[in-house]
Amino acid sequence: MTVHFDNYNPEQFYDELYESVGQPRPHAASLINWMQNLSLERLQQHLDTAQIALFNLGVTFRVYHDNQGVDRIFPFDIIPRIIDAQEWLKLETGLRQRIKSLNLFLADIYDQQLIIKDGKIPQEIINSAQGFLKPCLGIKPPESIWCHITGTDLVRDHQGQWYVLEDNLRVPSGISYVLENRRVMKSTFPDIFKTMAVKPVDDYPSHLLETLLNLAPSYLPNPTVVVLSPGIYNSAYFEHSFLALQMGVELVEGRDLVVCDGYLQMKTTKGLQRVDVVYRRVDDDFLDPQVFRSDSLLGVPGLMDVYAQGKVALANAPGTGIADDKVIYAYVPEMIRYYLGEEPILANVPTYLCWQEKERDYVLENLDKLVVKAANEAGGYGMLVGIKSTQEQREDFANRIKSNPRNYIAQPTLNLSRVPTLINGQIEGRHVDLRPYILHRGDEIYVHPGGLTRVALTKGSLVVNSSQGGGSKDTWVLKL
Amino acid sequence: MLSRVADTIYWLNRYIERADNVARFVDVNLNLMLDLTQVTGQQWEPLILTTGDLQLFSQRYGEASSDNVIQFLTFDSNYPNSIVSCVQRARENARSIREIISSEMWEEVNAFYRMVTEASNDHPQGTLPHFFTQVKRSSHRFAGVMDATMTHNEGWHFGQMGRLQERADKTARILDVKYFYLLPSLEWVGTPLDQIQWIALLKSASAYEMYRKCQRRITPSNVAEFLVFNREFPRSIHFCLLQLQRSLHEITGTPLGTWHNKPERALGSLCAQLGYTTIEDVIKIGLHEFLDQIQIRVNEVGEKIGETFFT
Repeated sequence: MTVHFDNYNPEQFYDELYESVGQPRPHAASLINWMQNLSLERLQQHLDTAQIALFNLGVTFRVYHDNQGVDRIFPFDIIPRIIDAQEWLKLETGLRQRIKSLNLFLADIYDQQLIIKDGKIPQEIINSAQGFLKPCLGIKPPESIWCHITGTDLVRDHQGQWYVLEDNLRVPSGISYVLENRRVMKSTFPDIFKTMAVKPVDDYPSHLLETLLNLAPSYLPNPTVVVLSPGIYNSAYFEHSFLALQMGVELVEGRDLVVCDGYLQMKTTKGLQRVDVVYRRVDDDFLDPQVFRSDSLLGVPGLMDVYAQGKVALANAPGTGIADDKVIYAYVPEMIRYYLGEEPILANVPTYLCWQEKERDYVLENLDKLVVKAANEAGGYGMLVGIKSTQEQREDFANRIKSNPRNYIAQPTLNLSRVPTLINGQIEGRHVDLRPYILHRGDEIYVHPGGLTRVALTKGSLVVNSSQGGGSKDTWVLKL
Repeated sequence: MLSRVADTIYWLNRYIERADNVARFVDVNLNLMLDLTQVTGQQWEPLILTTGDLQLFSQRYGEASSDNVIQFLTFDSNYPNSIVSCVQRARENARSIREIISSEMWEEVNAFYRMVTEASNDHPQGTLPHFFTQVKRSSHRFAGVMDATMTHNEGWHFGQMGRLQERADKTARILDVKYFYLLPSLEWVGTPLDQIQWIALLKSASAYEMYRKCQRRITPSNVAEFLVFNREFPRSIHFCLLQLQRSLHEITGTPLGTWHNKPERALGSLCAQLGYTTIEDVIKIGLHEFLDQIQIRVNEVGEKIGETFFT
């Protein structure tokens, strides 16, 4: 039986576009009505055209540990995910609250550490966090902003309840797909955009540039902003180049930069030129071989010194990675209460901390039901999905947890929400998450409407990472 | 602009031009050998000599034959100056400056790369001439697309410099090798065989038809004069260096005829020498000695460009 929209079954999951069989959610109704009138063959043709367009635009990423070393297209699905205006408003408010308190936490932890002194977070958890950088203690970034660009991962469970899965305060990627996906959708389905009021996304580069320019001292009439990339072998190189191009700023690598006369400078054909703001897409550890990893060739010797003196601004500030530690993540609701005196608007996924004996025992007894994650891994690596695991894998993780309990957390398996997706010419439900992008500048926290919807294209899979066979969808936030 | 970016676009163009030149002289030699087998036996070693990598070749392959020379110069991905390697490096370069070059240029390099890697996987002995034609066309297309789609700004001029530098060097090498090595012995000079070889030489610089239009008879000194001194033929050494000089001065803003930095001085004096030397002067010192000196000085210009702009 072929599955089109009329006999699509959302099953027991929360579906972003459907309430039940044959019953689209109100905010999705006009899209569904419109797509229903297209044959599945026509939809598939549109998908193929869109994929070719993305390939020709060079929207690609690289997979690590991939012997081929070739670029791949991030698979794309043409059925968008839609978020209605009220829902989005709530998410926006929740994200603002969360980013605000995370930023206060970072400023505190690298300064007076009041949150530790007041007994809200144990000292040893902070000190043992991989992302905690002692060289950043006492540094005062411009306007006390640490996390300028954040890409928070949100998920929904089977009841439609939103959760924050990860905060991603280091160097979140994916925004280029958001912009390119929209461009392709607009050229594939111009008609539907005329009938639905979708918030535009094209102004992200302007907001980003504004955020970066805001970091330069105000007496500089024409500050030099650069994007610092690890180079063409990085999986997100396309995005680095894309953002530099869209903002009209220089794309540099570590070898283009040098510290000279107390300033960060770039080597040009006309000699050295001072750099004022760096949007760095290089991880903390690699930024400055004199301070962090001495074998790093991606950074600039002496950069941290210039930064500490306030002669160059870095976005995000080095040291933000501490809040990406999955153990510290568990304390974010506490941070919101502590710094803002408010109750969290967006919930955390319930998290078991293996360094606490009781919770560890529970985790070890329930490995087959839980998702276990290493505290400092990303990209879907270093994790165990209990319900899909073998006895051998569970034993392996049990040993890892026992030998290094600080480094592991566990969470219940969430049945992520689904969106109808075109799979081999049929409409099938696939699990998704959502990564909105948030910019923090001055007193303002800007939430870009929508974000990247990642979709697990493999049937039943809950892992949406591009490195693990995930794809993406355009995300439509409707206007009020 | 960033020194690295200038360096990258310069080499992007050099690699494309190098692939083009390798295709040219392998192709012409293939043709030539079809005419000459009975007379002189196969002559493949001189091709390796034009690249300056004879030692590397001998270590890897030993005695030169048509198969191993073609493999080495065309498809050997471990040899950095083979066509495959040049195009691959050109693509890597283009990839790292995509925000600087036009998308059309990137597409051309990409298509070039796909064509070459596909041919390399298939190893089509019979279709080699077709392959070389494709390489030459791809290189021309790239140059044309760059000319028509990229702003003629500083970056564009660095690219031009790379292409012209490479072309001047290769023309000098091809001429030198023919004159010095290609003839089996002195008694062949002036025979029909000699004619065929000089024609082949002209063809490998795409210069045969243009030469005929302005010189008619093929004599060694006329051919040398055409390929060294002609101010209008786009592959002659003098033409390349004059254009190179134009781009260099566009970048620095120094008026032509004066100099402010090392490459301007080195290139200016080289151009002046070519402008005021006759072929008779050259014959007196010896063509090989003269070309050798030109090659050294062209290389020096390249090194000084590197020192001044890329480091």
